[in-house]
Amino acid sequence: MSTPNSYAAPGGSGRFKRLLLALLAWAVALVIFFPILWMVLTGFKTETAAIADPSFIFSPTLESYQAVQARSGYARFALNSVAVAFGSTALALLIAIPSAYAMAFLPTRRTKGTLLWMLSTKMLPPVGVLVPIYLIFRDVGLLDTRTGLILVYTLMNLPIVVWMLYTFFKDMPRDILEAGRMDGASTLQEVVYLLLPLTLPGIASTGLLSVILSWNEAFWSLNLTSSKAAPLTAYIASFSSPEGLFWAKLSAASTMAIAPILILGWMTQKQMVRGLTFGAVK
Amino acid sequence: MRFAHHWPLCALAAGIALAGQAQAQSQDQSQTEITVATVNNNDMVIMQSLTDAFESEHPDITLDWVVLEENVLRQRMTTDIATGGGQFDVMTIGAYEAPIWAEREWLAPLDDLPSDYDIDDLLGSVRDGLSLNGTPFALPFYAESSMMYFRKDLFEQAGIEMPDQPTWDQVHDWAEQLHGSEEGLAGICLRGKPGWGENMAFVTTLVNTYGGRWFDEEWQPELTSEPWQNAIEFYVDLLGNYGPPGASSNGFNENLALFARGNCAMWVDATSAAGKLYDPDESSVADNLGFAPAPVAETPKGSHWLWTWALAIPASSEKKDAAKEFITWATSKEYIELVGDTEGWTSVPPGTRESTYANEQYQDAAPFADFVLQAIQDADPTDSTLEPNPYTGVQIVNIPEFQSIGTQVGQSIAAALTGDTSVEQALDSAQRATERTMQRAGYYD
Repeated sequence: MSTPNSYAAPGGSGRFKRLLLALLAWAVALVIFFPILWMVLTGFKTETAAIADPSFIFSPTLESYQAVQARSGYARFALNSVAVAFGSTALALLIAIPSAYAMAFLPTRRTKGTLLWMLSTKMLPPVGVLVPIYLIFRDVGLLDTRTGLILVYTLMNLPIVVWMLYTFFKDMPRDILEAGRMDGASTLQEVVYLLLPLTLPGIASTGLLSVILSWNEAFWSLNLTSSKAAPLTAYIASFSSPEGLFWAKLSAASTMAIAPILILGWMTQKQMVRGLTFGAVK
Repeated sequence: MRFAHHWPLCALAAGIALAGQAQAQSQDQSQTEITVATVNNNDMVIMQSLTDAFESEHPDITLDWVVLEENVLRQRMTTDIATGGGQFDVMTIGAYEAPIWAEREWLAPLDDLPSDYDIDDLLGSVRDGLSLNGTPFALPFYAESSMMYFRKDLFEQAGIEMPDQPTWDQVHDWAEQLHGSEEGLAGICLRGKPGWGENMAFVTTLVNTYGGRWFDEEWQPELTSEPWQNAIEFYVDLLGNYGPPGASSNGFNENLALFARGNCAMWVDATSAAGKLYDPDESSVADNLGFAPAPVAETPKGSHWLWTWALAIPASSEKKDAAKEFITWATSKEYIELVGDTEGWTSVPPGTRESTYANEQYQDAAPFADFVLQAIQDADPTDSTLEPNPYTGVQIVNIPEFQSIGTQVGQSIAAALTGDTSVEQALDSAQRATERTMQRAGYYD
């Protein structure tokens, strides 16, 4: 007796379904990508063309990029963004790895509550704590410093980083750690030689997410920096204007600001997806 | 232990060390660096581009610029100045903030200016708007009033002659006549985007000329009074029927773009647009640009506004002397001449000094010069309404609560413009919201 296998040889309707799904995926991707595409295109228009009726056909110009470059030093802002995004991510990982380890492998009855409490700090609108943080930063001399911004971003991203790492660590078989312990490994060695290498995709994607969140953050960077530590979000904000046309210049500046993180995202796409789906299928 | 086994920890440590490194600046000890916070308006961009000129004249001072969007800048500066953060040495503020911040002792008084600064050359109404009890607390960088722009070609074709002082009724008739006479042509463009500095700047001048006021002498709001009703009904009818599509999202920039592309027959807005509209590179109507005083209705009082962008020194700055050097330079006669020579005379910051308007080169380059001067001199922030009022300001009310009140009322009026509510409902809700805010602020029980 044989049973028909519906997966082995998809018929016309199966192919049609797959095509439809592919088209749908492309359509969704295009909708998500469209604002970025439009921003890139607008950066190559003149100011007058940027506010004219929307059109894909225009003669491209680099005048906005030249104007943006002439106005302010992109490199200084970009360097601050790199330092702050990577610095805060490194610090967040340094704090989050031990705490996620403790919560995943040595849970107490308060662990769940602690995790939820950590996440609840993300629910407070940041403006609610602006003045106290501003006053503390003023008194300890952290206003307009990269160190200050790194501290704030670390605090901002820590709940998400801890949660993600906790999920990855929990999915790791405990037997491997126990085997290491039986071989005489200390807790530090256990973490460094066993846990970290095995959960590296997860840690990498957590780190990447933290870098992206820090890179795009605008509220704290605008409020706690003025010139020396100002990252690219402050750079973009300087091109909006209440009087006069600015869309092409703003688009050019925004394209330059997101370019590094966009390239990083593309380069690490595989790891990112691998990390985010890590442990999803058991 | 081998290094390779510890790479994650090493990478983390290196990352933190690299990122957190102190921003050691090899700053010369004899140099004073001052931080100047400003907006991205064209005149300020020119000021920034002339940094080298200032620094070569003042080799002991260097300038560090913080340029932000107006609302972001206002919030950023308010946080800093209210907490005494001391992040800025020079702030770009408006005529709204100057007296309020001066009263709270947030700004350094500027009573010992050098004699060659010639403070008497500053236009009286502009200087007074930045002073408290006769002491200046900010120096004007540029000032503007409002006026009407129109397309002379359309008016000629339609046989309309612009009188010396147009009225709003006439404007209504002309808008009706010209609306749609060319493809995509709106009879009139006006501000519709909600905000205390957007639609409410214009709407307040309209209410003023209709005989209304924001508050009576006891600080009771009068938003449901007859003049307000008449003015807002007129505004909704005029802009709703003869304005461009989506007028409720148009502010200064959007209307400037529409008018420059030839999509508006008339536009009532800031005098500072004149330079841009006369520039053939930016405007397709440069050859046909006509201008007239802002229209009037019941009274000429308060029919056109007065706004000043000024430079001030926060009391928290530790480099007040260097900051004063800079602001007296950037608002001086010499600076205006420098801009005229390097950028062209239509680009000089207008509306601040008598000497600018006495300059023949400026008169030749800017045919609107005398007109703007007259508008600025006529605008009287201390007497801007038909009935007496307890506040100063033509299109603003100089109280700290006005930002939130103005924006809230602006939203109600924008809702009436889009037809979401009636004018009566909009003014009722605006009145209630204003009463609540004023009561909470302690103006009355």
